[in-house]
Amino acid sequence: MDVLVWVTEATWPACVEAVHAHVPADARVTVLYVADDDVAGVASGAFAGLLGRSGQDRARRVTELAATSGQELLEAVAADLDRPATTVQRHGRVEREVVQAVADLGADLLILARDGDLRRLGPHSLGPAARFVVDHAPCATLLVWPGSTPEVGSIPPPPR
Amino acid sequence: MGAAGPVLAVALLIGVLGFAVVRPRGLPEAVAAVPAAAVVVVLGLVSPHAAWAETRTLLPVVAFLVAVLALSHLCDAEGLFAAAGDLMARLSRGRPQRLLGAVFAVASVVTAVLSLDATVVLLTPVVFATAARSGMRPKPFVYACTHLANSASLLLPVSNLTNLLAFTASGLSFSRFGALMALPWVAVVAVEYVVLRLFFRTDLGVALPSRGRAARARQGAPGTTPVSRLSVALVGATLVGFVVASVLGVPPAWAAAAGATVLAGRALAQRRTTARALLAAANVPFAVFVLGLGVIVVAVVRSGLGGVVGGFLPTGSSFLDLLAVAGVAAVAANLLNNLPAVLLLTPLALAAGGTPAVLAALIGVNVGPNLTYVGSLATLLWRRVLRDHGADAELAEFSALAAWSVPTALVGGVGALWVSLAMIGA
Repeated sequence: MDVLVWVTEATWPACVEAVHAHVPADARVTVLYVADDDVAGVASGAFAGLLGRSGQDRARRVTELAATSGQELLEAVAADLDRPATTVQRHGRVEREVVQAVADLGADLLILARDGDLRRLGPHSLGPAARFVVDHAPCATLLVWPGSTPEVGSIPPPPR
Repeated sequence: MGAAGPVLAVALLIGVLGFAVVRPRGLPEAVAAVPAAAVVVVLGLVSPHAAWAETRTLLPVVAFLVAVLALSHLCDAEGLFAAAGDLMARLSRGRPQRLLGAVFAVASVVTAVLSLDATVVLLTPVVFATAARSGMRPKPFVYACTHLANSASLLLPVSNLTNLLAFTASGLSFSRFGALMALPWVAVVAVEYVVLRLFFRTDLGVALPSRGRAARARQGAPGTTPVSRLSVALVGATLVGFVVASVLGVPPAWAAAAGATVLAGRALAQRRTTARALLAAANVPFAVFVLGLGVIVVAVVRSGLGGVVGGFLPTGSSFLDLLAVAGVAAVAANLLNNLPAVLLLTPLALAAGGTPAVLAALIGVNVGPNLTYVGSLATLLWRRVLRDHGADAELAEFSALAAWSVPTALVGGVGALWVSLAMIGA
């Protein structure tokens, strides 16, 4: 059984707990982090706004920083998993890259955390990226709550 | 030249800006700007006398730019930016909303005193690393830096090259400029804060639980970067020097140069930087580019385009008049780029509405670039360059954020300027 765990900055501990609780010991675990190209793109736009004052190679620094911090995050997750796991880093449009990674790996299960408004059970407990991934994932998905799960009473009343 | 004159002047301006963004083979932008300036003089679009007068006016401005770029590099070499990262991480206590507040405070002050270049080039990478290490999504904080680099550059003549270019013509003193722009600066920063806080409420709502922070800290913890108190005192003294120099009627370039020289001597002696790195940071070819650009813009103004743009500018100083000036300036900054926009608009605004109109135009050219950063034409080139490097940014989110923040900040900034002018007087 191949399990892909998609981790993001703030919510990865919930995914680690889900692996501990639900993934069989003999399953192969791959941890995925996707760096959002938009962030480096915004930074390089601001660099371009300075014309030549930014220096030629400075714009690439943010892209490199994104890769380094992604690697550090994956190492933290791998250490916290406490079981053998492969780590993979990709970059691009986050939601597309996650779906592509599931397909490339031929994963049987995808584990991900909610990334939207986490104060109530919904609506919008899924952000745009997680919503796309849940909608398009070519395998079974396990969707977990980061931190404590809100009460059922947190759902707004139905419209009259 | 007849009808060919205006077309040629605008074509040269666009060509020079395009070259500056793409910079084929990494050539300095002056490589295109200087020959283009020579062409407009040789063809008689600008007289040699007028070209020299423009260059003489711009010389103190570019001298200051060189000094302040060197100063920012030295602050980085002294570890001040890394220390700012540690400070922001400590202030945030793991909470994204608190980090946003800290980033706003630091980025607004850095932009105001060391200019937008320092915020973009030196602070943005530090903020990215700080957010990532604190277990937060870096996007809202990177946006905060890039937006504030433009919109928090209203406060002082030294905060933005556009301010320096207009300041010389405005006839204001350094301290009076600061006094009139203080309220607009606060208003625009406040608008940006509210807009970013709401726009990124989802990203700012998730914090890493303490167990995750402990695991993350083992990988790359925000540490404490030692900074000598003498460095901080020297930088502080230089900044006070800007104000004192201008009160005494000395160009602020001298204060910046004196501070940069002392800091450079120390940093070179302690081998924290090299003469080569310092010279690269000072970027003298860029200063030459600004001089060339100035001459080309004189040609554009004299070609008749100045009269056309001037026709759009109202002559009064009511709130709506000032807002219209800021609007025209923001549009010009987005169509071309904010540097030619300010060179073009300053004399026109001064003639139409005096000092209040110049300050309103500055709000437009400084806040406006958050819509496209480099101007729409140059943005197309920039995206091509980005794709060549294997990355492609989605402009949808960028534009959606700008659509909220830019008009609101323009209205807020101009409203605050109007109040300032009523209280202090132009």
